Amino acid sequence: MSETTKEAPSRGRAGPGGGGFGPGRHLGVGMPAPKSKDFRGSFKRLAGYLRPQMALIIIVLALAAASVAFSVVGPKLLGNATNLVFEGALGAQLGQSLPPGTTKDQAVAGLRAAGKTDLADLLASMDVTPGQGVEFDAVRQLLMLVALVYALSALLGWMQQYLMAGVAQRAVYQLRRQADEKLARLPLRYYDSQPRGDVLSRVTNDIDNIAQTLQQSLTQIITAVLTIIGVLAMMFWISPLLALVSLLTLPLSIGSAILIAKRSQKQFAAQWKHTGTLNGHIEEMFSGHAIVKVFGRQEEAIEVFDRENELLYEASFKAQFISGIIMPSMNFINNLNYVAIAVIGGLRVAQGQMSLGDVQAFIQYSRQFTQPITQTASIMNVMQSTVASAERVFELLDEAEEIPESQTPVTMPRVEGHIEMSDVSFRYEPDTPLIEDLSLDARPGSTVAIVGPTGAGKTTLVNLLMRFYEIDEGTISIDGVDIREMSRNDLRRTFGMVLQDAWLFKGTIRDNIAYGREDASDEALDEAARAAHVDHFVRTLPDGYDTVLDDEASNISAGERQLLTIARAFLADPEILILDEATSSVDTRTEVLIQQAMSRLMKGRTSFVIAHRLSTIRNADTIIVMDHGRIIEQGNHEALMAAEGFYCDLYNSQFVDAYDEAS
Amino acid sequence: MAFGRDVRSALFRRVQSFAQTELNVFGAASVITRNTNDVQQVQMVLVMMLNVMIMAPITMIGGIIMAIRQDVALSSMIAVIIPLMAVIIGLMLKAALPLFQSMQAKIDRVNQVMREKLSGVRVIRAFVRTDFEERRFDEANRDLTDTQLKINRMFALMLPLLMAIFNFSSVAIIWFGAGRVDSGAMPIGNLTAFLAYIMQILMSVMMAVVMFVMVPRAAASATRIKEVLDTLSSVNDPEEPTAESGLSGQIEFRDVEFRYPGAEEPVLCGVSFTAYPGETTAIVGSTGSGKSTLINLIPRLYDVTGGSILVDGVDVRQMSLSRLWGRIGFIQQRAFLFSGTVASNLSYGKEDASEKDLWHALSVAQAREFVAEMPEGLEATISQGGASVSGGQRQRLAIARALIKRPEVYVFDDSFSALDFKTDSKLRAALKHETAEATVIIVAQRVSTIMDADRIIVMDGGRVVGLGRHSELMDECETYREIVFSQLSAEEVA
Repeated sequence: MSETTKEAPSRGRAGPGGGGFGPGRHLGVGMPAPKSKDFRGSFKRLAGYLRPQMALIIIVLALAAASVAFSVVGPKLLGNATNLVFEGALGAQLGQSLPPGTTKDQAVAGLRAAGKTDLADLLASMDVTPGQGVEFDAVRQLLMLVALVYALSALLGWMQQYLMAGVAQRAVYQLRRQADEKLARLPLRYYDSQPRGDVLSRVTNDIDNIAQTLQQSLTQIITAVLTIIGVLAMMFWISPLLALVSLLTLPLSIGSAILIAKRSQKQFAAQWKHTGTLNGHIEEMFSGHAIVKVFGRQEEAIEVFDRENELLYEASFKAQFISGIIMPSMNFINNLNYVAIAVIGGLRVAQGQMSLGDVQAFIQYSRQFTQPITQTASIMNVMQSTVASAERVFELLDEAEEIPESQTPVTMPRVEGHIEMSDVSFRYEPDTPLIEDLSLDARPGSTVAIVGPTGAGKTTLVNLLMRFYEIDEGTISIDGVDIREMSRNDLRRTFGMVLQDAWLFKGTIRDNIAYGREDASDEALDEAARAAHVDHFVRTLPDGYDTVLDDEASNISAGERQLLTIARAFLADPEILILDEATSSVDTRTEVLIQQAMSRLMKGRTSFVIAHRLSTIRNADTIIVMDHGRIIEQGNHEALMAAEGFYCDLYNSQFVDAYDEAS
Repeated sequence: MAFGRDVRSALFRRVQSFAQTELNVFGAASVITRNTNDVQQVQMVLVMMLNVMIMAPITMIGGIIMAIRQDVALSSMIAVIIPLMAVIIGLMLKAALPLFQSMQAKIDRVNQVMREKLSGVRVIRAFVRTDFEERRFDEANRDLTDTQLKINRMFALMLPLLMAIFNFSSVAIIWFGAGRVDSGAMPIGNLTAFLAYIMQILMSVMMAVVMFVMVPRAAASATRIKEVLDTLSSVNDPEEPTAESGLSGQIEFRDVEFRYPGAEEPVLCGVSFTAYPGETTAIVGSTGSGKSTLINLIPRLYDVTGGSILVDGVDVRQMSLSRLWGRIGFIQQRAFLFSGTVASNLSYGKEDASEKDLWHALSVAQAREFVAEMPEGLEATISQGGASVSGGQRQRLAIARALIKRPEVYVFDDSFSALDFKTDSKLRAALKHETAEATVIIVAQRVSTIMDADRIIVMDGGRVVGLGRHSELMDECETYREIVFSQLSAEEVA
């Protein structure tokens, strides 16, 4: 009896566990689980996460076994109690119809003489004393035992699940942590090539999915399997004949379930497909809301939506309908089984070959029997989806990491900021050269402006300098030391970076500025804030430096965000700077502030500027002109203008009426 | 199933009718989740509820009737057992609900830290703060793990406890039944039958009750759906649209005021100007000065809260929306392309556009070159949101899309920001020719983009602080001068 009701929560999987209540979790019979590539291998690897807790798992298994054993013994003992009551009742009846003092043997003989052989056999097999009613002491003792057994079963079951919660959550915690640590070791190439949403989904949704399964399905499958074994054993022990009868109906129910599931599978697949298309359409129409409206395309949007929605409805209806047949048909077969057991059992009781209590126990067992089997089947389905998730996480964990650090890194006590690039070549894709034989000499304190049209690959240079990407040929050195001889962290510490996309995290303004240097004193922080013109506007905020920047930092303007990142760079006090001047979303007054702060920041530092301001460009010591991902010109303003090349063109284009060129 | 379809459909239509104001309240991402995932949640629980809720009471009532027929006295046990179960489950749910809510918040936190790490990877590595980030994630991770552990441990108790009640009931039945059988009040067969009935009743109660575990989440989803359905669009078609007399595309702002719902200060205040056909009207000003809001008012993405906007002399609120939108070509700052092909995106505004039209629009928008370079040309696939092309290309395609519509009014909302100077100037030159008779309104940050406009409107703090040509404004308008000098050096201005 104890396992039957677990079916309900398992189907919905709405119980406790991770947060993933999404549709993917509800893998009832016949829902297609995303297929894994190497089920065995990935399953083993996932199981590996449980290995450190092997001792606990063994305890959990032992507890589960004991809990199941107790709950399986229960009905048999309860059957014995019924026997006692039955015998007592029969005794009392006999006592009324027979003269007092008649023994059981005499009663049996009397019955045989009267030709009632069946009744005689029944009586003979029982422990009845005519005239003696129900022995309440014995019944009480037995029932106390049953209650104890059930109580123990519940207690052990609780302990098992309690411990398992710890095992599962620890394993998942570990997995999440590993994924996070792995991300820190991955090269930028991975970040740039992988859609952010996908990586995020691996670390969150997929791991949640695994958490749910470890928490729920694992304990369920353990108890389900143990219950099947236990119940089967009890059934054969009580009556091999009835056990065989029950087993006979088993293939019937499994077969019909499979038959129906196969049909519904197709419909479920269709359902998920249509769900996907519909979601895609909704997402697109809502993201482009204004465009849809202004172009007057709402009618079409709704039309497409209705079509997809209707398809989804039809598919889900069919899927539900077909899979809805499973339960009733299983029930029908179960009831057939029930009737068979009741009839055969009844005959055998009448013949005295079986006790009433045993039949009662047997019926309970046979009811308990089919449930764990269907449960196991649906968990198998869940497993498929879990292993598929695990594979996605493992894929992340198996990504190639950054090339190892130099074994004997050079540490430089003082960095002047003299950067030399000689014959540097680099390509993202092996067959499309990006930077070829680039040489550049940036003296300490000088400014290098990088200019070029959008998408010209200006950030590539930054990537190489910071060793976000490794160069293919040539060398980059700082004060004569090859950057590959330095540890990445030391190298990056010499750089300060202010990017166009002002990245701030959710935290106070103070924490965000202090991001530049963890051990910074309050005075240093104040100084940096003032230098970056942050101080004034921060003080106008209600919580000042303790203002928490919200999700997208929308409580301060884009320009103010930029100023904060400048303050962060000030505090870090690097020898070399990388700046991105793009200011398309910044208002002009803040722009002036940013410009001032940036020039102040650049003072005395070697600076690489992705330049948009002509004044910066013209005052730069070296201008690097990039187009189509390649450096096409290099020199100072005067030299480049004199060359009358691309730069000259670019520079002039801002003020000439370019109509003739355009048409 | 039909329920899901209808709710989805109602949601989608409602959101389609929303003005930007309502969409902003929820956020596009949230509305998407509400239209998809939330509906799914509710539908699923509903299906299961119906299954169980219809079956369970029938089984229960049938069971009770049969049990009473077997033995009335014993049946009184039902009155004890069922409430007991209900109380236990009720208590557990009460304890679990706040935990569930906090768990959701903690999942959000893990997501957030992760998202920040992914988007800020360059900064994190540049500042060598990987360790700090690892600690931050670990904190969120640990927090989430703890909460999940708490919930799971609590639920670990629920099933064994219910099973125990269940099993104790059967023990109690045999015990009390034994007395009744012994006293002859009840035949032994009835006891066995009674036991079977009680088990059936309890089973159905339990099924029903376990369902309630799912209800909180579904209820949360339902609330989210209802919020959307309860929101009415603030922008609606007039009951009797007025037809304009002449169709030239003249746009007039008359003392326009706009404030966001609930805001104390208006974003725009006393804005008056007229944009004439055949002329370019440019709007400049710092962020937060209300430029974008101002032009969003023209296609009624928002409605004015004071004053009026007139197109050819007719208040936009008196025009039918489809008519109004049909006359405006609107190019947003963040160009949005739909999944499909270059051609399907371009013909979004005019389905029957010929290939020649498309190429023409592409050349004007300075997009011909890169489209021609694509192997599939016009049939090149565009992924959702336009992620397969660069930002500048996206903007140019969006401009071409608006050109094909051939509207009388063009509104460019900082649509040149992702272009380099050279392309920017070429594009503007070509546009001038193309939009000769149309009313052109341009919002821009770059002074060079708007210097040669027929009329420049300088915005500051939601008010118009300057109006005139470049040369006039240089003399008269301090704010304009400030803007100009921040971007150009003195000699370039002259």
